[in-house]
Amino acid sequence: MRVSRMSVLIVAVCSLAAVASRAADPPKADPRQVKRGEYMVSVMGCDDCHTNKDMGPDGPELDMKHRLSGHLEAMVMPPAPALPTGPWAIVVAPTLTAWHGPWGTSFTRNLTPDKETGLGDWTEQNFIDTIRTGRRLGKGRVLLPPMPIPAFKNLTDEDLKAIFAYLRTLPAVKNKVPEPLPPGAPADTPARAQVQAAAK
Amino acid sequence: MPGLAPLKLLLALALGGALSLAAAGPSPAPPGLLSKTGLYADMATKRVDPKNLSYSPQYPLWSDGAHKRRWVYLPAGRRIDAARQDDWVFPVGTRFWKEFTFDTRVETRYIEKVRPGAWRFATYVWNADESDALLAPERGLKNNHDLGDGIRHDIPGVLDCRTCHEGQGSEVILGFSALQLSPDRDAMAPHAETLEPGMITLTTLVSQNRIAAASPTWRDTPPRIAAETPRARAALGYLHGNCGGCHRAGDTLASVGMFLRHSLATTTADDEPGMVTTSGAPSKYAVPGVVGEPTYRIKAGDPDRSALVFRMSSRNPLTQMPPLGTKLVDRDALALIKQWIRDDLK
Repeated sequence: MRVSRMSVLIVAVCSLAAVASRAADPPKADPRQVKRGEYMVSVMGCDDCHTNKDMGPDGPELDMKHRLSGHLEAMVMPPAPALPTGPWAIVVAPTLTAWHGPWGTSFTRNLTPDKETGLGDWTEQNFIDTIRTGRRLGKGRVLLPPMPIPAFKNLTDEDLKAIFAYLRTLPAVKNKVPEPLPPGAPADTPARAQVQAAAK
Repeated sequence: MPGLAPLKLLLALALGGALSLAAAGPSPAPPGLLSKTGLYADMATKRVDPKNLSYSPQYPLWSDGAHKRRWVYLPAGRRIDAARQDDWVFPVGTRFWKEFTFDTRVETRYIEKVRPGAWRFATYVWNADESDALLAPERGLKNNHDLGDGIRHDIPGVLDCRTCHEGQGSEVILGFSALQLSPDRDAMAPHAETLEPGMITLTTLVSQNRIAAASPTWRDTPPRIAAETPRARAALGYLHGNCGGCHRAGDTLASVGMFLRHSLATTTADDEPGMVTTSGAPSKYAVPGVVGEPTYRIKAGDPDRSALVFRMSSRNPLTQMPPLGTKLVDRDALALIKQWIRDDLK
């Protein structure tokens, strides 16, 4: 059987494509590490703040379509109410994804591997550095309350790697969380404008 | 054999001691007084020990207008390893000091290489009569010195030092490099300092054989940033000195993909990382007034819609860049950067 030049070319191109594809694929995660990460995420309560809630018949339920993607950009928050002087100091959205206190207003971040709005560009070391130092990427702005950095910074590297490995397995959710607001920020800030534009 | 038991015990103790020394993590605490760090030959007159070399980077870091003086001690007979031209490796025992003066001497920061790959950070707070400076607490001192208008200078904690100075695969020293010490100094550099008599430069270090693997071109063609205009050179140099410590390839923030650190391997203006990774590059950061359209790190011709300018012009701790170390906007540099973006970038 004569093999046509076109057939040889097609096979060659397909082979090259297969090799290139394997070279571009990230290394597969260790299933035991991912399992450990899944366990850690479940016991540490990451969903409590980083997953939106829908109101169900029995109260708030995790919005699994947007799991661990943080405060939904479509959920535009009005200015936080001013509290009277006294021991009550913090207000929070019912989703637990937007918090306001003496530090200003913080919105829980998108932990999914979305490249544009989540942790898709982050390396494992970026994640470890962030938790260990309490600064974004280990060098940027400080992480705000209620992120329990004083406790989480004590996690071992092994556990942080496991958590990160598990987060990488989640569906990427495109959700641009607003930037935090400083104390006394006016109602119309860049963050709110961005959120309102996205909600249109 | 019973006679060997004491010897064995002695050996065990000696080995155990040696092992514990080798395994020791933290180094001994730095001296409690600046006068004990070896900077001064005479603390009363502030005469610096001549074995400590004075220098000035051509692109100084903005520190809220502080007047700064710097010195380095290189152990006798030891040389800086410049095999990696952008990442010098210093010998163990190297020490750096940087003195900050506002209306008075406020602090002197100190970095010492205590063993391979390990540096010690400390800062000393000057007393009222400037007779000496005391070691600051490890967590630093907030609001230590009045800068006017209700703004007060913070003395950094050790973690603050490590935030800027530590990364992956690089030594911790910033502002002491082939470019920063090049005698081909940029006259347009914001807050350019005078090269005073006696200050060392790259040329003097090479001439005195204090650098191993020095490039043969450094003596005759000292490094400078290639740029299309003097203003662009100054702008890129400023970004190198103030931002490139963190925003650099091959280090912790490589994933961000914005590289503001000049590399000696870059010889043409078109390849300058501070240009390639900023102008027209998308930004994930929200810029005021930019709604419903893409945001760019630098939008050529439009500084007010450039994320880099927005963050440089803010001293909100949640927004500002650099993220720590200053409480006042560097207005001179901001004006330069905005003019560069508006008039030089197309």
